[in-house]
Amino acid sequence: MATPPLVIDQLHAAGRGGRVRAFIERLRSGDEIAHLITLVFAASIFLLTVLLVYELYVNCALPRHKFGWGFFFSRTWDPVFENFGALPFIYGTVVTSLVALLIAVPMGVGAAIFLAELAPPHLSDALTFVIELLAAVPSVIFGVLGIFVLVPILRSQVEPFLKATLGFLPFFQGPIYGIGYLAASVVLAIMIVPFVLSISREVLLAVPREEREAALALGATRWEATWKVVVPYARAGIFGSVCLALARALGETMAVTMVIGNEPKISASLFAPGYSMAAVIANEFAEATGDLHVQALIELGLVLFVLTMIINALARLLILLTTKQGTAHP
Amino acid sequence: MNRPFFMRKLVNALMLSLCGVCALVSVSVLFIILGYLLWNGGRFLTWTFLTRLPTPVGEPGGGMANAIVGSGKVLLLAALTGVPVGFVGGIYLAEFGGRVFPFLVRYTADLLNGVPSIVMGIFAYTVVVLPMHHFSTLAGGLALGAMLIPIVLRSTEEFLRAVPQSLREGALALGASKSRAIATVVIPAGFQGIATGILLALARVAGETAPLIFTSANNRFWSRGWNQPTATLPVMIWTYASSAYEDWHRQAWAAGLILLMLVLVANAGARLILARRTSVAR
Amino acid sequence: MNRTRKSSPCHVYFAIAVACWSIALLPTKRLLSRAPALPSPAQVQLNGAGATFPFPIYSKWFDEYHKLHPDVEINYQSIGSGGGIRQLLSGTVDFGASDGPMTDEQLKQAKVPILHFPTVLGAVVPTYNLPGIHERLNFTPEALAGIYLGTITKWNDPALTGPNPGVQLPGSDIIVVHRSDGSGTTYVWTDYLSKVSNEWRTRVGRNTSVNWPVGLGGKGNEGVSGLVQQTPSSIGYVELVYAIQNHLSYGKVKNAAGNFILASLDSVTAAAAGAARNMPDDFRVSITNAAGQNAYPISSFTWLLVPSKINDPAKRQALIQFLRWMLTDGQKFCQALAYAELPKPVVAKEMKAISRIE
Repeated sequence: MATPPLVIDQLHAAGRGGRVRAFIERLRSGDEIAHLITLVFAASIFLLTVLLVYELYVNCALPRHKFGWGFFFSRTWDPVFENFGALPFIYGTVVTSLVALLIAVPMGVGAAIFLAELAPPHLSDALTFVIELLAAVPSVIFGVLGIFVLVPILRSQVEPFLKATLGFLPFFQGPIYGIGYLAASVVLAIMIVPFVLSISREVLLAVPREEREAALALGATRWEATWKVVVPYARAGIFGSVCLALARALGETMAVTMVIGNEPKISASLFAPGYSMAAVIANEFAEATGDLHVQALIELGLVLFVLTMIINALARLLILLTTKQGTAHP
Repeated sequence: MNRPFFMRKLVNALMLSLCGVCALVSVSVLFIILGYLLWNGGRFLTWTFLTRLPTPVGEPGGGMANAIVGSGKVLLLAALTGVPVGFVGGIYLAEFGGRVFPFLVRYTADLLNGVPSIVMGIFAYTVVVLPMHHFSTLAGGLALGAMLIPIVLRSTEEFLRAVPQSLREGALALGASKSRAIATVVIPAGFQGIATGILLALARVAGETAPLIFTSANNRFWSRGWNQPTATLPVMIWTYASSAYEDWHRQAWAAGLILLMLVLVANAGARLILARRTSVAR
Repeated sequence: MNRTRKSSPCHVYFAIAVACWSIALLPTKRLLSRAPALPSPAQVQLNGAGATFPFPIYSKWFDEYHKLHPDVEINYQSIGSGGGIRQLLSGTVDFGASDGPMTDEQLKQAKVPILHFPTVLGAVVPTYNLPGIHERLNFTPEALAGIYLGTITKWNDPALTGPNPGVQLPGSDIIVVHRSDGSGTTYVWTDYLSKVSNEWRTRVGRNTSVNWPVGLGGKGNEGVSGLVQQTPSSIGYVELVYAIQNHLSYGKVKNAAGNFILASLDSVTAAAAGAARNMPDDFRVSITNAAGQNAYPISSFTWLLVPSKINDPAKRQALIQFLRWMLTDGQKFCQALAYAELPKPVVAKEMKAISRIE
């Protein structure tokens, strides 16, 4: 991952006797200063994160002492009798994000392949420009469209169909409301497709022409050249885009809360209403009156942070493992 | 020979058309959303909307001039604080980094990216608003600035990495120091990409509501200086969209469209300028 | 070499970056608390925050008042009642606003005593979606509590058919919808259910958000009404203002006197008038299930929360004058925006209470 050491550094390192002189030289040329300054700036993001975690940690002392580890396993969320547990919210966040990825990643990568490999460059550029604009659409608008356009379609068409065809699976059983895990997942998928699409396309375009041409020259079909040569070459970048999309999905609030049903219950069915961590924070933070309630919400924020940390670490591990296995990698 | 070849042709056609379908579906869904916003917002957009202060429910001629300016001020502050840090930090990761520390920085940047914006808002509230004892434009700018840092950092790093190694070596071979090589060769080579990344990051935080509610709050009037609460477009959209009145719902749609158009203009303009500059330089 | 030295933008980037970030990194606490307020001698800007329910009428008032007194700008941010109370306690705003009165515990946390001033009245109405039924339904308190507790699950339950003779209620399951975001509307609704149902009070209780025994959550009034309109055989609750402005149909509710009352601006004011006779001095009173023949039972005041001691004389003067104006001329604006006015005895009592601000 790191840049290969530069030639000049090696030269300096070679001359042991001239070490001090080399250092002074580099100082004079500004290298050490530049290194130091950039280091300070890079470190400040680290400090910012530490400060954020510290603030969250300090501000959730009450529920930490009252519930301890039980906070993660309790299924009750009762603001009146001040009894708080995070399990249904953790479950909801994980399930909706994963299902959203299941929809968005094949969709986004497929579309990126089309735009990068097949579509005429001008059309591809124009479409990508418009898609990137969507990043600026306030998420409230996704939520509004979700509740008025998507949910009726899900209730009357998609969910009955899934129930009829795949109803033997526990994920597609139970009463149909329209809103619920599935609706939230689809809205999330729509919101993260632009991220997957635009970054994957960028990465695919960066794959050198020669790679494709070599594969085609060996008699591979267009698809084989893309799938067996270009995509593996770009795998790390595509994984990166998926990580970014996942991060966005985990933390999305407004759009999710409008379609997820906001019921802190755990059910296997994707048709059932549920709740997510970011949604409950957005819903209750402004109106929470009791200190314990406010701090329990802040603790949820911390839990969400830790969850993001774990998922990110897992994703990184996955990249590491797969790129080692792969034959072609950047 | 023939049958496997036929099968391969078939798979080729099938998968490529599947990719086409993916592209069609995702692009059309996204176009539907844009179209919906254009249609709903466009109907209610008038000139006074851009130049007047808000009016109470039911009084015609109300606008969001203060929110447009407010959004601009908050974004300016965010850019001033967030972009330099992310940019310079990105240079470090791409050009100077060792092993452990850059990994940590990269990792925390990805974590910060995933922090829900409302948590960022709560954070900015406890760190800036509580000690100051009042809401302010400054607090909102800092909250968005903090959100900008990880996005700018990661995109700067990516685009600098994409600069071919041969360019760096060429500069060094000509006797330039490392910092000079970075400043005069590497950064200009990656500048167009970096600028696009920064603009996209700004576009993303421009639509954020949650970090602003508890920091820059809202203002019915013009906000003087940087120390008073200010109106911003996303917060106005949020307040108006959740009100009971048809009149305010219309204004919320129009404000959504304005937000989108501002981002569009900034984006397209910057791309044009950058494209011209680089073509002249070449 | 010379050319590159001249045009090395790197140092410029660094200089700008370092300057900006060092400003941002300076100990913000000290820097910011010392930053002088803007010189605006003629201008008074008051900042307030709190309840979302009265936001439209407050913004109307502050706008009208600004027209009368151009030197006074009152700025209000609708962040929610709980948020308003917390901002007031932490001193980030000049006044707060809430749909529910502050608790004794919260009042104890305040540095100076906080005064409550009722401003307008609101009400919460049950709204439902039953295809084919166009009559207005009557709801008894027992029926509403039963539905929201999950003990009444069918529309043709005797508790619902009893008060609605002649209406062919279907045998379908009732789909219950409630607010998911913490809100004053939920506070009023659960406050009412706690008063009329023992089981509700002990099992669920009253708050801005509660642990709902059954039901789906919608965000905001529009979320609840959207869900109800789209889901056949569902029931939800929304603010009266929202129901009137969006032409939703809603049911009558049986009040303490035994009459089925339709929520309207008059029946809500009647509920307040019933409560006005024994209004406590601090105005912290719940008027759900109020006495009175025509009182609509799910009604509530909404309050401005004002510190009893304001150090800045200009701000104090502006706030006192605004309160006087709001209670007299300001009340005229209520009807047009579908808010219920305060009854006269309450206004008189509040005018006296204003003198407690010092």
